[in-house]
Amino acid sequence: MIPAAFDYIRPSTVEDAVNALADAGEEGKVLAGGQSLLPVLRLRLAAPALLVDLGGLSQLRGIREDGDMLVIGAMTTHAELAASSVPLLAQVAATVGDRQVRHRGTLGGSLSHADPAGDLPTAAVALDAQMVLAGPHGRRTVAASDFFVDLFTTALAPDELLIEVRVPKLQGWQTHYTKVGRTAQAWATVAVAAAVRRENGSIAQARVALTNMGPTPVRASAVEQALAGVAVDGDAIAAAAAHAAEGTAPASDTTASAEYRSHLAKVLTRRALLAAVGR
Amino acid sequence: MTAVAENTEVGRARLRKEDARLLTGRTRWTDNIAVPGMLHMAILRSPHAHARINSVDVSAAAAAPNVVAAFCGKDVAETQGVLACAWPVTEDIVMPTYLPLAVTEVRHVGEPVAVVVARDRASAVDALQLIEVDYDPLPVVLDIEAALAEGSPLVHEDKGTNKCYTWVFDSAAAGSGGDVAGVVADAEITIKRRYVQQRLIPSFMEPRSVIVEPAAGEGGSWTVYSATQIPHILRFLLAATTGTPEHKIRVIAPDVGGGFGGKLAVTPEEWIAFAAANRVGRPVKYTETRSEAMVSAHHGRDVIQDLTLYAKRDGTVTGLDVKLLANMGAYLGIVTPGVPLLGAFMYNGIYKFPAYRFECTGVFTTTTKTDAYRGAGRPEATYAIERIMDELAAEVGIDPMEVRRRNWIRHEEFPFGTVAGLTYDSGNYEAATDKAMQLLGYDELRAEQAARRESNDPKQLGIGISTYTEMCGLAPSRVLGALRYGAGGWESASVRVLPTGKVEVVTGSSPHGQGHVTSWSQIVADQLGVPFDDVEVLHGDTRTSHKGLDTYGSRSLAVGGIALVMASQKVREKARVIAAHMLECSPDDVEFADGAFRVKGSPEASKTIADCALAVFAAHNLPDGVEPTLDSEATFDPEGFSFPHGTHLCAIEVDTETGEVAIRQYVCVDDVGRVVNPLIVEGQVHGGVAQGIAQALYEEAVYDAEGNLLTSSFADYTLPSSADLPDIVSDRTETPATSNPLGVKGVGEAGTIAATPAVVNAIVDALRPFGVIDVQMPCTPERVWRALKEVIA
Ligand SMILES: Cc1cc2nc3c(=O)[nH]c(=O)nc-3n(C[C@H](O)[C@H](O)[C@H](O)COP(=O)(O)OP(=O)(O)OC[C@H]3O[C@@H](n4cnc5c(N)ncnc54)[C@H](O)[C@@H]3O)c2cc1C
Repeated sequence: MIPAAFDYIRPSTVEDAVNALADAGEEGKVLAGGQSLLPVLRLRLAAPALLVDLGGLSQLRGIREDGDMLVIGAMTTHAELAASSVPLLAQVAATVGDRQVRHRGTLGGSLSHADPAGDLPTAAVALDAQMVLAGPHGRRTVAASDFFVDLFTTALAPDELLIEVRVPKLQGWQTHYTKVGRTAQAWATVAVAAAVRRENGSIAQARVALTNMGPTPVRASAVEQALAGVAVDGDAIAAAAAHAAEGTAPASDTTASAEYRSHLAKVLTRRALLAAVGR
Repeated sequence: MTAVAENTEVGRARLRKEDARLLTGRTRWTDNIAVPGMLHMAILRSPHAHARINSVDVSAAAAAPNVVAAFCGKDVAETQGVLACAWPVTEDIVMPTYLPLAVTEVRHVGEPVAVVVARDRASAVDALQLIEVDYDPLPVVLDIEAALAEGSPLVHEDKGTNKCYTWVFDSAAAGSGGDVAGVVADAEITIKRRYVQQRLIPSFMEPRSVIVEPAAGEGGSWTVYSATQIPHILRFLLAATTGTPEHKIRVIAPDVGGGFGGKLAVTPEEWIAFAAANRVGRPVKYTETRSEAMVSAHHGRDVIQDLTLYAKRDGTVTGLDVKLLANMGAYLGIVTPGVPLLGAFMYNGIYKFPAYRFECTGVFTTTTKTDAYRGAGRPEATYAIERIMDELAAEVGIDPMEVRRRNWIRHEEFPFGTVAGLTYDSGNYEAATDKAMQLLGYDELRAEQAARRESNDPKQLGIGISTYTEMCGLAPSRVLGALRYGAGGWESASVRVLPTGKVEVVTGSSPHGQGHVTSWSQIVADQLGVPFDDVEVLHGDTRTSHKGLDTYGSRSLAVGGIALVMASQKVREKARVIAAHMLECSPDDVEFADGAFRVKGSPEASKTIADCALAVFAAHNLPDGVEPTLDSEATFDPEGFSFPHGTHLCAIEVDTETGEVAIRQYVCVDDVGRVVNPLIVEGQVHGGVAQGIAQALYEEAVYDAEGNLLTSSFADYTLPSSADLPDIVSDRTETPATSNPLGVKGVGEAGTIAATPAVVNAIVDALRPFGVIDVQMPCTPERVWRALKEVIA
């Protein structure tokens, strides 16, 4: 529970941060809110020689509009997000851990950490968010579906920073996040993010993404397909939700078995969809 | 006599004197203490559940920056002493040698193997990584039943068995009841159930910490600071097992942040710090990390309970047979073997069973040792009997409360000699139950339950009942002796009256969060007629309090509190002589009321304790032969236990689709006898209920097949927080204990004992129409879902 020794810097520009990371190579590590990184260091699962603290990059904090997109700085905290009106993300951020964690933890840190039980990655995938990455050779944009590569693994190179996240404003959509965990403050055993756009009393389009149903957040595409064009009706939604576990690969661990997770995915998908459409 | 002023403090909801300091962080946790020249220790622990140690090489660690010393078990084999078990429950009990630092073999993950002492903590931890240990892994044995099977690997090869002991109580043999074998044939109803008490980790808030200041040369003395519940026992055992003279050891338990039985222990870490300080000749501090606490501090429960209940068609119980398998872990802690026996006397609960037999077998496994955890034995007993009484009700087809009424001891039947051989001095189960049922709205809830069953609601409602009693006030020394416990159960107190009339109280019952300072002040204020604020309570330092048996088993008030009353009365008797002298009358003509001595019949002139204190300070004009002091000391050894009881009820909604449970209402009516401070009582009840709910729904220590503890941090070991707990409606009835002059019983464990069966009974009650008769604790959503799935499929 005592980390190995490391050096620490707190740059004030993205360029300085990126350069410091490039110089440190494999030995560097980004520090955002520290809510996931510090436990890793204390358990000595990692022993980086240099920590690059993004806490001084106030330019990465906050939410702005850009046409029909919302742009969220990577250093925006869960608490700030929860208090915002960003569709889905606001509700999801409010379910993260406890108050202390939400006031320290950041959207960028959560996405970069890519914990399969993390809530924000699922929301990003459900929203088809775009991740803006900055590296020594400039910036690039990666779609959420390509960003999450594996368990705790993203498309970020060691010398890259996630600087902002772009999400559609989703006007006319209804969203909901349903989460089951062992305690009020626990990580999700399984959770489901649902977004629905209605046209003339039926579902025109639906997006459903699942938390902790595999190494990365997954879209429940079978459910989405089954929903396209159906009436907004309990039975139709239940029938579609029955496909939720298709193509998933949930883990068995001390919290729950894969079998139970698959069952939960179906129940929670139905509930999330019904809640989204106000049923 | 005028209306007693004596009752002004006892019974008052005083805010705790302790809290201003604790809440503003002006605390002295052991880890906050720094002594001059202090070094820091880190411990290398076994990654294997069972292995032979071929060699340990500490040379690289010893040469690391800032390191002062590094050593392993072999280096201190002669001097480190051993850890004692104080409770050899049977004559033929198997007692393995328990070394602080392993020398040739490790028997659980986390067992200490080597040590680094450095100038700072980080350097000590860094250097641990440089120690090379060559292990030969040995077969592990984790399951209690597997450990008893023929050909099982042995935890202690030299003992030739994994069985630690078998202890039997039989009411026929004891003369307290009939023979269970005799009721089998005639039993109209026979119910057999197996319940499993999962392994729990006592999650005290403050991790354990110890500082040892060694003797500075010939004739010097040792000071040991430790986050312990038992400074007096620690001092005695350090002296007894290391050969250090007792009078040369001072033990200080400064502020101690909770224990729940987890610090009712003498620990390998204390002994290792002692050895390390002696080796380097400088003070050494060791503070564990949370994960170290979880693998190495003792665990609780871990018992398989096989019950057979015999009854008549009308629901009257005719006999109870209990067989336990209790997991000791790899070694025996201070009271490990005795914990299940504390439950042996409680399986009959509040009931009049004619015949009872109890048998417990202790079993060694390659896991962390178990030992006392809040309630120690009594939660297990209460859980089992309260669960199976519900089964009996279902079998007979009557309300579960009715089956209890048909069997419980009625209030007019006290004192009552139980089938387990105890005498319950007082109680009123009817009163507590009636009040609880009213507070809950029992009948309305039953109606709602019926409606939900009728409508096939996906959320089913369950009502859980737990009518409990427990034995508190550990303990009559003679009883402990008869049970082969190594020490007595008395407690001591002394009262010192200062010249200005202020009072210092020294208690041998060393608290770790219970609020003794406040309650003790209230008691003394009444006894001596001094203001609450004029009493200072001293504890937890063997130099001020040389004598005591410390805090556990809800004993402090019922034993230590009585010692305090006795010491106060001695002060009063001494003062009476002085007051009489000043009032120029005979001591027999003086009465003490409203905080002052007065001549009977002439209330104008009065002398307070403060007047007497000043008089003895000056000592100019004392009666002949009177010692110039009011100071007094008393030691109290109770004649019997005290028996708190109560009724806990809860209403739980079970989501039959996800298996999630939500406690909608929780009501408890406890009878803890006379109440000194209602706020403290309420706090103990709430905390206890939280811990009881936690066993029912959340907590479980889990090992993998190799014996690694998977739940070794709070990320994996699920503790509830306030957000997960219901509003607790707590109320009381007050049937004073007759076994002590204050009429108090004890409240430290009541909530934990009562809550667990209330919650699980509610879950099973909700699901009984589906055919569910048990859900294994902790009742996680998955387990509830599976229980339903199995019966529906
Ligand atoms: C008690 C507790 C409960 C929690 N419960 C939940 C929960 O219910 N749901 C949930 O989703 N999460 C939960 N979390 C995790 C929380 O959401 C963390 O905030 C989040 O995982 C990491 O964010 P952070 O800002 O603290 O990042 P850090 O811990 O500082 O960093 C995490 C990782 O991301 C990297 N990183 C951080 N920022 C960037 C960046 N901008 N660019 C590149 N790499 C970066 C770091 O190098 C590190 O590897 C919990 C945490 C705790 C301690």
